[in-house]
Amino acid sequence: MTPPDTAGDALRHDAPLPNPLPRPPDELPRLERIWRSPRGWAFPWTEVNNNWIGVLYLGTAGLFCVLAVILSLLMRAQLAVPGNDLLDQETYNQVFTTHGTMMMFLFAVPAVEALGVYLLPAMLAARDLPFPRLSAYAYWAYAVGGLGFFTSLFFGLAPNGGWFMYPPLTSHEYSPGINADFWLLGIGFIEISAIAGAVEIVVGILRNRAPGMTLARMPLFAWAMLVFAVMIIFAFPAVIWATVLLELERAFDWPFFLPDRGGDPLLRQHLFWFFGHPEVYIIFLPAAGAVSMIVPAMVQTRMVGYGLVAMALVATGFLSFGLWVHHMYATGIPSLSLAFFSGASFAVSVPTGIQVFAWIATIASGKPKLHVPMLFVFGFLFIFVLGGLTGVMVAIVPFDWQAHDTYFIVAHLHYVLIGGMVFPLLAGLYYWAPSAAGWRLSVRLGKWVFWLLFLGVNLTFFPMHISGLIGMPRRVWTYPEGMGLEVWNMLSTASAAVSALGVLLLLVDLARNFRMSPGGPADNPFNAATLEWLPQGNYAARSIPRITSREPLWDQPDLAEQVRQGRHFLPGTVTGLRETLVTSPVEARPQYVAIIPGPAWAHFIAALCTAGFFLSLTVKLLWLAGIFGTVAVSAILYWLWTGTDLGPVVDRADIGGGLCLPVYVSGPDSVSWWAMVVLLLVDGTVFACLGFTHAFLWLSNGDAQWPPPGMGVPEVAFPLGSLALLAGCAGLLWLAGRLLRQGRARAMGGVVLLALPLFLLALGLDLHAVWQAGIRPTLHAFGAATFANQFWQGLHGLMVATMALYLAARAFAGLIDPVRRITFDNVRIFWLYALAQAAAGLCLTHLLPRALGTG
Amino acid sequence: MNLQSAMHPAGPDGERIAALSWLLFGGGGAIFVLVMVLVLVAVVGGRWERRLLGSRRAIVVGGIAFPVVVLTALLLHTLGLARAIGLPLAGGEPPLRIEVVGHQFWWEMRYPGTLPDGGIVTANEIRIPTGRDVMLEVTSADVIHSLWIPALHGKIDMIPGLVNHRRIRADEPGVLRGQCTEFCGAQHAMMAFYVMAQTPEDFAAWLDQQRLPAAEPDRPILALGRQVFGAAGCGGCHAVRGTEWNARIGPDLTHVGSRLSLGAGVLENHRGTLAGWIAGSQDLKPGNRMPSFAAALDGQELRAVAAWLESLK
Repeated sequence: MTPPDTAGDALRHDAPLPNPLPRPPDELPRLERIWRSPRGWAFPWTEVNNNWIGVLYLGTAGLFCVLAVILSLLMRAQLAVPGNDLLDQETYNQVFTTHGTMMMFLFAVPAVEALGVYLLPAMLAARDLPFPRLSAYAYWAYAVGGLGFFTSLFFGLAPNGGWFMYPPLTSHEYSPGINADFWLLGIGFIEISAIAGAVEIVVGILRNRAPGMTLARMPLFAWAMLVFAVMIIFAFPAVIWATVLLELERAFDWPFFLPDRGGDPLLRQHLFWFFGHPEVYIIFLPAAGAVSMIVPAMVQTRMVGYGLVAMALVATGFLSFGLWVHHMYATGIPSLSLAFFSGASFAVSVPTGIQVFAWIATIASGKPKLHVPMLFVFGFLFIFVLGGLTGVMVAIVPFDWQAHDTYFIVAHLHYVLIGGMVFPLLAGLYYWAPSAAGWRLSVRLGKWVFWLLFLGVNLTFFPMHISGLIGMPRRVWTYPEGMGLEVWNMLSTASAAVSALGVLLLLVDLARNFRMSPGGPADNPFNAATLEWLPQGNYAARSIPRITSREPLWDQPDLAEQVRQGRHFLPGTVTGLRETLVTSPVEARPQYVAIIPGPAWAHFIAALCTAGFFLSLTVKLLWLAGIFGTVAVSAILYWLWTGTDLGPVVDRADIGGGLCLPVYVSGPDSVSWWAMVVLLLVDGTVFACLGFTHAFLWLSNGDAQWPPPGMGVPEVAFPLGSLALLAGCAGLLWLAGRLLRQGRARAMGGVVLLALPLFLLALGLDLHAVWQAGIRPTLHAFGAATFANQFWQGLHGLMVATMALYLAARAFAGLIDPVRRITFDNVRIFWLYALAQAAAGLCLTHLLPRALGTG
Repeated sequence: MNLQSAMHPAGPDGERIAALSWLLFGGGGAIFVLVMVLVLVAVVGGRWERRLLGSRRAIVVGGIAFPVVVLTALLLHTLGLARAIGLPLAGGEPPLRIEVVGHQFWWEMRYPGTLPDGGIVTANEIRIPTGRDVMLEVTSADVIHSLWIPALHGKIDMIPGLVNHRRIRADEPGVLRGQCTEFCGAQHAMMAFYVMAQTPEDFAAWLDQQRLPAAEPDRPILALGRQVFGAAGCGGCHAVRGTEWNARIGPDLTHVGSRLSLGAGVLENHRGTLAGWIAGSQDLKPGNRMPSFAAALDGQELRAVAAWLESLK
C-alpha cells in the first residue's frame, strides 16, 4: 500500500490540526469502553493491554530479582568466615547457579523487555504494540515457568552446574539428576518468550510510531530497544541451540560434547558465549537508553550528541557479536585469535565512552536538579564507569589469565550489571512511576534507598577485586583460613546486608506509594519532552499526535491539550475494535489502521500449558507433557482462528487531516509480514548455529573422522530424490498462490494439502538415507550432528504440517480470499523458508563429507 | 606472605603480569578519577568549563579520540607483553615436561621419562627446579578443570580430549599454592595443590627418591597396615608402585608420605590426618570420590594403615 498523497501535507508542521473541534460527544466514551480492562475474575489473566502487562512484567521481574538477592545473601552469609558450614557444598552450588540464572534470564532481560513493553507504546504514541496477545502470552509463560524453575530449589533439584552449564560437568555422566534439565528445559523456553517479546518490539518500533516521528526524531530509548531486540534475534538462537544440543546429549546420549566419541566440550562454550557476550549489552543498552531519556528531563535541556549516541547504540550492537572469545582466553585458543578478540573487546568500549561523554555534555549544558532519578544516574555513572574500566582490564589476555574465574570477575560483572542496569532501572522507576501511578514515589525514602544501595553495592563488590587477585576463585562454597581472604569477605558480607536494607526500603516505598491508576498521570512532573508524558488512558493518547521534532512536548507547547481534546489523528475508534496506527518504517507516514486483539483467555491458557509442557518434560512426566502440549497448541490455534486475520472489517478509516486509510493490508506493508520475516531471521540464525556445529566438530575431528570409519555417506540418489520432492513442493506452493489470486481459495486449500506430503516425504527420505548408510546418533559426534539436522528439519516438518492444515481449514471455511490472505502469505513464507532450509540441510549431510573427499 | 596471590609473584611471568596489573590499576584509577571530576564539573563547574564540556566536540574528544589513543597504545603494549610471555625464558636447556591431569577433585602429576617404562606419578603437588622453564601439559580425565598458580602465571583450562600448555618458572625455592578455577562439581572449592620449587640439586634428589618403588614394611604395624590396605580394597582405586596394586582411579600412593597435603590441599599430611581422612573423607570433603572407611576399619586397623602410608616417603 502506498501512503495516500495527502499524507505529506497533513504531516507538515504548519498544516492545520487533523481533526476539528468539537468532537462528537460519544467518541471518547466509545474509545474508553473498547479499551476498558477486563473486570472481576478475568483480571488480570485475560488482560493484554501493554500498560498492565508491562507493569505486571516489571513486577514479576522485580520479584525474581528479590528472590535472587535473597539467594545472594545466603551465599554472602556462607562466605562471611572461612570454613563455614551454614550451607553445604551441594546447596551452595545450587544456590549460586540459581542466583546467576535467575538474575540473567528471569530478571535482567525480562525487566528491560518489560520496560520496553510498558513504555514504548506511550513513547511512540501508539495505542498498543501490534501483537499485544503475543506479549501477554510471553509474559505468562515466563511468569509461570520462572516460578516453577525457582521452586526446584526447595526440592534440592535446582541446577548446580553454574549458569553457563559447561559440559561434560553437565553431561549425563557427571550430572545424572534432573537438576540440569531444570536449567535446560525451564530456562530454554523462557528464552523463546524473550524472542517473542523481541519480535513485538522490533515491529512495534519500526511500524507503530506517531506520524512525523522519523527515525531521526525517535527517542533514544526506542533506538536502544530497537538494537536490543535485534540483538536478541541474533544472539538468543545460539543459546537455544546450545541448550537443545545439551538436552539431546543428556536425554538421548548424542555425544556432541563428549571427546571420547568425537564431541568437543568447547562447542558449547563458543555457542554459549556467542549469546552470552551480546547478552551483557542486551541488558545494558535499554538501560543506557533510559538514562538518555532521564538526563535531558532532569537537566531540562536537549540531549547533546543525539546522533552520536544513536550511532553508538548501533555500533555496540554490531561489535558485541565479535568478542565472545574473551570469555575463553584460558581455553588454549591460539594467541593470534586472542589478539583479535582483545582488540575487538577494546573497540566496544568506544561507543560506551561516547555515551558517557554525551551524558556528561548534556548535564553540563543544562541545570541539574538532584531529583531522586538523577541521584541514581550519578550512581550509575560511578559504578558503571568503574566496571567498564575493569572490563578493559579483563579484555587484556595476560591480565585475564589471572583474573578469569576469580572474585575479580565476580566484582567486575556485578559492577557492570548493577551499575549498568540496576541503577538505571531504579532511576527509571523513580522517573516513570508517576506515568503509571499518577504520582511520584517518596523523595525521602528514595534518597535513603539510593545511599544504602550505592554504599552497599560499592562496599560489597569493591573488596572482591582484591579477594580475587589474592587467590579466591569464584564458585567456591568455602575457602581456607590464612590466605588473607577473611577481612575482604567479611566486609563484602556486611555490606551486602546494607544493600539488602536498601532493597527492603525500596519495597516499602513501592508498597506505600505505588498504585496503578489506569487514568494515567494528570501532569508531567519533571516537565519531560517526550510523548509518554501526554495524558494517557489504556488506549495511550486520546489522539495520535503529529510530531515535528525530537522533543515534541517542548516544541509544541499546546500538544498535550490538543491530543487530549482529540484534535490529532484517530481520536476515537473507526471499527469499534481496538486499533493502532501503522506508519512507514523510516518516515513514519501513516499507512493503515491495524485492528489489534483485546482481552481473551486463549493466550493465557496457551501460556500456562506451554510452561506446564516444559516443566512436565523436565520431571519426565511424558503423559502430562502430552496433555499440556495438546492443550497449548489447541489454544494457540483457537486464538489465531478467532483473533487474527479478520480481513477488511470496514472499507476505509478516516483518521483526520484528509487521511483515509485501509484497515487491512497484506504483503510487505503489513505488520504481520514483518513479524514473520523477523521470526525467520531467528530461525535462520538457529540453522546457522547448526551449520557451525557441523563445521566446528569436523575441524575438531579432522577430515579422516568425518565421517568416522563405520559410517558412510548415503548414495547420491537419496539427496537428489529429496531435492526433487522439495522442488515439487515449491512448485505446488507457486500454484496455490496463483489459484488464490484467481479467487479459487478452496482449490488453493486442496493444492496445499497435496504439497504437504511431498515436503514430509522429502524429510522422511533423508532420514531413511542416513539411517541405511549406518549413521547413528549415539556412536560418534558425526552421527549426532547429522541427526541434529534431522531433528531440526523434523521439527519444521511438524510446524509446516500444522500450518498447512490450518491454512487449508481456513480456506475451506471461506475465511481466505484474494484480499484477506495474510494467513496464506505467512504460511507460504514460512514454508518456503523450510524448503530452503531442508535443501541447505541436505548440503550439510551429503555435500560437506564429499567435498572433504572422505565420503 | 600469601602463597596464592597474583599480586605476590614468584616467577618472571608472574612478575610481568603483576607489573601489567599495577599499570592497569594506575591508569584505570586515573581515568576513573578524571571522568568523575568531569561529572562533578558538569554539575557544579563554572560557566566556561560547563560550556566547554557541554559541546558535541567534547563528546568526540572524550568519547572517541581519547579512548582510541589510550586503547591503541595499551593494545600495542599488551601484545608485546603477551609475545614476551610466550618466548622461552632460559637459554639452551629444554623445559622440564610435567603432565598434569585434572580429576574430580584432585590433581595427578606425571613426570614423563623419569622411569624406564614411563615416569613417576604423584598427586596434588608439583615439584619443580628453580631457574628452569617447566612446561605443564594439562588435560582432564573427567570434566573441565583449570590450573592456576597465580604467583607464577595465569590459569590454563584442563579440557578432556585436549592437551593445553602453560610454561612456568620459579625464581627462588619455596612453597606456593594453586587451585582449580573452573567450576568442576561438588568439591570444586577443595581442589587445591602445592607447588614446591627446589634448587636443582634438591629437585634431583627428590626425583631419585620418587623413582624408588614403595619401601617394604620393616615393623609389624606397618606390615599390618599393608595387609589392611589390601583387605579394605584400597588397591581397587590406588596404585602403590612395587606392590600388586596399580589402579589409576585415585591418586598414586607410592610416596604419599612425602607429600605436603592430603585430599588436594585440604589437610596437612601426617599419620593422624591420614587416619582421619581414611575414616571420614566424606565428612572432611563431602562429595569427593573416596568413601569413608570409619565403619569398615577398627581403630587398630586404621592406625596401622595410616602408619604404613605415612612410612611411604
